[in-house]
Amino acid sequence: MENFEPVIVAFCCHYCAYTAADMAGSKRLCYPPNVKIIKVPCSGKVDAIHIMKALEMGADGVYVAGCLEGDCHFKNGNIGAAKRVAYIKKLLDEIGIGGDRVEMILMSAGMGERFAQTAADITEKIRQLGPNPVKSVDKAKTAA
Amino acid sequence: MITAERKPMEELIECLRPYHRILLVGCNECVTVCAAGGRKEVGILSSALQMAFMKEGKTLEVKEITLERQCDPEYVEELVTHIDRAEAVMSMACGCGVQEIARRFKSKPVFPAVNTTFMGASERQGVWAERCQGCGECVLGLTGGICPIARCSKQLLNGPCGGSTNGKCEVDPDIECAWQLIWDRLKALGIEDRYEDNIAAKDWRTGRGGGPRKIIREDLVK
Repeated sequence: MENFEPVIVAFCCHYCAYTAADMAGSKRLCYPPNVKIIKVPCSGKVDAIHIMKALEMGADGVYVAGCLEGDCHFKNGNIGAAKRVAYIKKLLDEIGIGGDRVEMILMSAGMGERFAQTAADITEKIRQLGPNPVKSVDKAKTAA
Repeated sequence: MITAERKPMEELIECLRPYHRILLVGCNECVTVCAAGGRKEVGILSSALQMAFMKEGKTLEVKEITLERQCDPEYVEELVTHIDRAEAVMSMACGCGVQEIARRFKSKPVFPAVNTTFMGASERQGVWAERCQGCGECVLGLTGGICPIARCSKQLLNGPCGGSTNGKCEVDPDIECAWQLIWDRLKALGIEDRYEDNIAAKDWRTGRGGGPRKIIREDLVK
């Protein structure tokens, strides 16, 4: 547990969080390498199954980062994404994986600091939660 | 459409506990439209079940299949190539689909993943409401296209009752009074005099009162 380094998948909207990550890079801001970014054309493109599969394949945490409310390039993709994240949180609570492993985050393209801070905060939160309980079996299955 | 809702995960996990390999079967018809048991929901439930089992240190092999129509034998037949490997089947279709699988594959236990709820229509995205109870003797032509059997809490054929207040039902203020709706509609159509006609007591034998029903179309039967 002490050496536990969580794997976190971040679905980042092209129009905000992905650009904010770029901004963080340009500003030479550090954020934990635990966060693996997947670029999506809009946070609304992230379906419930994408989040579930990430966790099933062993991710310890997942977050969806979309535009600030009212700023979605596609009008309301971020609102839809937030609802889907809420649905998945409940489902994960139901199966005992814990909805806390999934979050919806909003930011604008200029928020490089927020991107870095969010990555750090979520990494720390997942570190506290511990490894994804499905991970051990998943590894054994892969080895077999 | 026939509407349904997924059962609680705890219940689903419990009935699959003795098994290691299952078939998870969705349906492309009504349950897809009401987002309860289509291909997407099959994927999500499959993932959730597998994670729930992995969490307990076990594995569950899930074969996901979504049939065109689970209440039709010709589509259920498509499961033939997969059924032998599965120890049990979980169906995400309405009760008709579940029973069709149970009838076709007698040696396999079949579990419903959803609670079949009612025949309804989409009010808006994500909201479905009851519209028909399949009473077998439709009165919509008399009631301005609004069903008092499905939409009046008391199934009154000549309403409203004294519990109708400001267009809402006494059972729940979120329920619209069907008879208020009927009156408004008859008025809008300019046929409010029809409201004065008493609808005769219904013969419930055409509904569930006559036991399980069957339709036989002689011109189609082979």
